Amino acid sequence: MAEPEFEYELTRGFLPGHRACAGCGQAAAVRIAMEVVGPRCIVANATGCLEVFSTPHPESAWGVPWIHSLFENTPAVASGIEAALRNQGKLGDIRVLGFGGDGATLDIGFGALSGMFERGHDVLYICWDNEAYMNTGVQRSGSTPFAAATTTSPAGTRSFGENRPKKNLPAIAAAHDIPYVATASMSYFADLRRKVKKALDVRGPRYLQVHVPCPPGWGYEEHLSMEVGRLAVECGLYPLVEWENGQITRVRKIKKIPVEDYLKTQRRFRHLFRSDAGREQIKKIQELADESIRKYGLVDE
Amino acid sequence: MRKMIEGSRAVAEAVGLCRPGVISAYPITPQTHIVEELSQMVADGDINAEYVRVESEHSAASVCLGAVAAGSRAYSATTSQGLMLMAEVLYNIAGMRLPMVITGVNRSLSAPLSIWNDQQDTLALRDSGWLQLYAENNQEVLDMHIQAYRISEDDRVLLPVMVCMDGFILTHTYEVVDVPTQEQVDAFLPPYNPLYKLDPDDPYTLGAYAGPELYQEIRYEIQRDALAAKAVVKEVAAEFQAAFGRWSGDVLDPYRCEDAETIIVAMGSVAGTAKDWADARREAGDRIGILRLRCYRPFPREELREALTGARRVIVLEKAVSVGGYGIVTAEVRAALYGQPKTPPVSGAVCGLGGRDITFDTLDEMVRRAEGGETDFFAGLRTELLEAQ
Amino acid sequence: MTTTNKRERRKPPLGIVTRPGSSLRNKTGPWGIQTPVFDWNKCTGCNTCESICPEGCIRHLDRKQYEADPDFCKGCGMCAAACPAGAITMEQKHR
Repeated sequence: MAEPEFEYELTRGFLPGHRACAGCGQAAAVRIAMEVVGPRCIVANATGCLEVFSTPHPESAWGVPWIHSLFENTPAVASGIEAALRNQGKLGDIRVLGFGGDGATLDIGFGALSGMFERGHDVLYICWDNEAYMNTGVQRSGSTPFAAATTTSPAGTRSFGENRPKKNLPAIAAAHDIPYVATASMSYFADLRRKVKKALDVRGPRYLQVHVPCPPGWGYEEHLSMEVGRLAVECGLYPLVEWENGQITRVRKIKKIPVEDYLKTQRRFRHLFRSDAGREQIKKIQELADESIRKYGLVDE
Repeated sequence: MRKMIEGSRAVAEAVGLCRPGVISAYPITPQTHIVEELSQMVADGDINAEYVRVESEHSAASVCLGAVAAGSRAYSATTSQGLMLMAEVLYNIAGMRLPMVITGVNRSLSAPLSIWNDQQDTLALRDSGWLQLYAENNQEVLDMHIQAYRISEDDRVLLPVMVCMDGFILTHTYEVVDVPTQEQVDAFLPPYNPLYKLDPDDPYTLGAYAGPELYQEIRYEIQRDALAAKAVVKEVAAEFQAAFGRWSGDVLDPYRCEDAETIIVAMGSVAGTAKDWADARREAGDRIGILRLRCYRPFPREELREALTGARRVIVLEKAVSVGGYGIVTAEVRAALYGQPKTPPVSGAVCGLGGRDITFDTLDEMVRRAEGGETDFFAGLRTELLEAQ
Repeated sequence: MTTTNKRERRKPPLGIVTRPGSSLRNKTGPWGIQTPVFDWNKCTGCNTCESICPEGCIRHLDRKQYEADPDFCKGCGMCAAACPAGAITMEQKHR
């Protein structure tokens, strides 16, 4: 008996044929999220990997209404869509989403994001966090973790890579006292689904930041995306936390592994293993992880 | 109904009559009264619009972009620095062929900081794909906004329109204007019916990127449609006259040009002063005419040629200069006349920058220096300040 | 396209609107040099592979019968690496 043809309904939201790298954590996470969101939505998307690999005219991997404007204005475009739907009386039925990478969200779009939160728009904004400006060639962003090598924060004789800790945008989002903020990871896909659903169950501004491993940018073989993402969470460097109306309401406990187990899997941290001074940086990273574990209560005492 | 209202109020009433679904603006002098009036109208339920109080002009334009893409009519207003900040978005809106109307209140550009009127700001957006109309008085301001939505949303155009009005001179002065009724405007301007929009029942992707094999043709179509929009501007002006009983629009406003030897080309409210001055010069025996450009984008090449080729001398009065080049409108007037068998000499006089008053003396100086052979100069300069250096 | 009164309006300007799902014409299958082989006897039906595939090209015909669409599978191997039961192996494609 011949097997039925593979079918891809537009209602999935995000379809194959896109040009993401093989093993792209972002493509996987977007797909997972869109299956929860469903077809009754409108997506505004910033310039970046996702936008570029999903919409080279005349191809589009989107099955839902989708708009790309500029790099830094996605929260404002989403606000405008939301205002229009509200004026048309359609906001109850159609959900508005904003998508952007870490560069678009934490850096260049920061002001617009804060404005959207402050005005209370009914928009779910999801930041796909691969920790650098990946689409333009792996340049450092405000989300690049401490001591990671990027093309604009390279390791060298005078540098151990990024010399600033990661900007804590989820905490900043939570400080706006918006209904729901959460961090998530592509590797914990059931948790990601739950958080997308939870975000959709409330109204008002909601922010999700999803850690999405990037094989070329982080420097690992593409089949390992799930494992690398798991290690980031389990060592405490990417805490999975939920805030509601400004207060932490839930965290995902971890077993805790040394940060080295995570760092050694990726080329962007390899320089730290080559010298004593580099290993001193690893200790600092461990301190950052320990601080994160302590702050969010990630380990059961 | 005839009312004595501030220019900003005239804008707000016109915009309100156009039934916008989303209004979004950021305050900046001298646009503030417009957005304040609109806010009060929304607060009182006189307009049924969402008013989005954004955190920057870049976001104001972006909110409008999203709103139009989602199928609602949108409006914003800005000036000067705000226009510069939203410039990136304005290019994007035009490139995405989204119809909307923005009031470009004309104000000078920093540095140095100045809140006073000139036309540097909107002229800096002349390459953006936005159509631009320049008003002389507040009646025209009011009428142009209503026409602008019709022009912009026309299937043959699908380009956004900027209605330009001189800051303070028009925004903050009280004039008697005739405000149409809601019924009249509804009959003239139907509800926004997008050719394409973001809609889960008919999902489309907007804003995909274009490779080198496609980008040029997309831009060609924008240029082609922008030029063709001139016919729509004229059509809408004629329909406006039929519907509202007055002529208020079209591309040129010639004043005593038919037999003029010297024609001054100008845009905006200064034409009012120039017309009074022309009358005085005519009394003294000089055959002077004033040719006001109402529609600057698309640039009305043919109409300008026809209006100017009979003159012996043309002087362009500029409230802007392209630094390192020529007066902006001057260069375009010269370009329109290029290659014609009989071309009068065209001088460009930059004046009125940063709110500097343009008086009869300034206009006299312009004519004197043009007749003396100067082609590009600043008029009304306080030379004593320069010599003091 | 949104039309009014059954009167045909013009098409959108060139390049402005892109059709949904038109990426399906771009078969990314040829990208990969590997292809996943699913051992249905070892499969536990956990759905991890289908969940995390970046292309979304894995489906199940029955609770423990998974397969990947050769038209779109880029051969990244994430499914094989993530499968808790070791039921997926990546094999070189034969040309």
